[in-house]
Amino acid sequence: MKPFTYARPADAEDALRRGAAAGARYLGGGTNLVDLMRETIERPGALIDVTGLPGAIEETADGGLLLGAAARNTAVAEHRAVRARYPVLARAIVAGASPQIRNMATVAGNLLQRTRCVYFYDHAGSRCNKRVPGHGCDAIDGFNRESAILGTSPACVATHPSDMCVALAALDAVVHTRSAGGGRTVPLTGLHRLPGDHPEIETVLQPGELVTAVELPPLPLAARSTYRKVRDRASYAFALVSVAAALQVDGGAVRDVRLALGGVATKPWRAWRAEEALRGRPASAESFRAAADAELADARPLPGNGFKIELARRTITAVLGELAGGGA
Amino acid sequence: MPISVNGSAVEPPQDPRVSLLDFLRERLQLHGTKKGCDQGACGACTVLADGERILSCLALAVQYDGHAVTTVEGLAMTGAGEAGVLHPLQQAFIDHDGFQCGYCTPGQICSAVGMAAEARRGVPSHVTADLSAEEIALSRDELRERMSGNLCRCGAHNGIVAAITEVYAAEAVR
Repeated sequence: MKPFTYARPADAEDALRRGAAAGARYLGGGTNLVDLMRETIERPGALIDVTGLPGAIEETADGGLLLGAAARNTAVAEHRAVRARYPVLARAIVAGASPQIRNMATVAGNLLQRTRCVYFYDHAGSRCNKRVPGHGCDAIDGFNRESAILGTSPACVATHPSDMCVALAALDAVVHTRSAGGGRTVPLTGLHRLPGDHPEIETVLQPGELVTAVELPPLPLAARSTYRKVRDRASYAFALVSVAAALQVDGGAVRDVRLALGGVATKPWRAWRAEEALRGRPASAESFRAAADAELADARPLPGNGFKIELARRTITAVLGELAGGGA
Repeated sequence: MPISVNGSAVEPPQDPRVSLLDFLRERLQLHGTKKGCDQGACGACTVLADGERILSCLALAVQYDGHAVTTVEGLAMTGAGEAGVLHPLQQAFIDHDGFQCGYCTPGQICSAVGMAAEARRGVPSHVTADLSAEEIALSRDELRERMSGNLCRCGAHNGIVAAITEVYAAEAVR
């Protein structure tokens, strides 16, 4: 590990001042960053430990929730209001990593975790455009069973690994940040960039910009929501396909729906097209399948991951069927 | 502010690169906590920080300045006599053959102590059907899911589940 300095800022202003230095990185639970530093994939010169900054979970004036950036993943999953009003978020969090890791990992750290693409980690033996911009991508012609089918580019096919972010994408969550120039909000669906020609730039955050909270707007239909994760083993594995969904059915028709996908895309994937295809349609297996088809029409499979298209189609159909109360 | 390790105040390392795991083993000579994968995949290095189970391999020791860390050594209560008294879970692991080589055992035991506290306060798991439950009954499925962050390559899982069940789920299961 490359030497670095370590500081615990007293408040956000102190953190921003320290975070402005070249080579500085904010440190949450460390569950991803410390590992990447040990592998020398990340080489910050200064770590600014922001776990002492606000991590409370509070009600907002309009009936939503504000998750402090430093809230641990477990704290979010076990929060009474999250469990009751946003069950998809609690279920997504407990589908991820292990209990020990969820006790360490923070909300903001989860947002900014990096891909687990094996070529990103294999720094001694392969090419990766995220690790070395312009170097090339060995996943495209290599082991790509776990790679993305949506949002890919000729430069990168790495999936975003988070479960929590998939639920946040479905819930219209809003990320609050601060910079030296002041604060701003970014919709979760606009936080992560598609890889394009620059897969090394993963979010719209500027250097030194600090995530302070994630806001969940009031969303009554989320009371009927869930998360399903398909993976190679029963627990403690990244998703091959995951689905976060909330569904409101009225008189047999889909009145409103939220749908997002994990494990298949280069960013937490809000399924806008599927939602559009569903609103006002009968809440039937046929509609659910058609909506899945609409979302997956642009999927670009690689030799190793074509199975994800059918797996995603079936998982979307099954989850929506479960929420509709049928056996679809 | 020092780190409290098993009740003793110790100064954190000067070098922030030192993981909590290496700090415990190499600096404090607390060899109970084991280094398995050193990348957060196996759970052998599990310790308790302020009562919550964490992976000491992914933790920098300096991050725990001002916090209380408990290792497997700290779970064994120092009894009245010369010999320490085992934690009930340690005794249960012995009684139920909850290990073979023993390498994952300290992590399993620390993890189970933290796990029991999580279940008591209603933290849901991937297999929890009712998210509104105030307290989680540790069925075999719940227990296995909640311990899935601790791998055992000897395959002593049946004994591990039996030991944890005896101590923490006696009234809830069966």
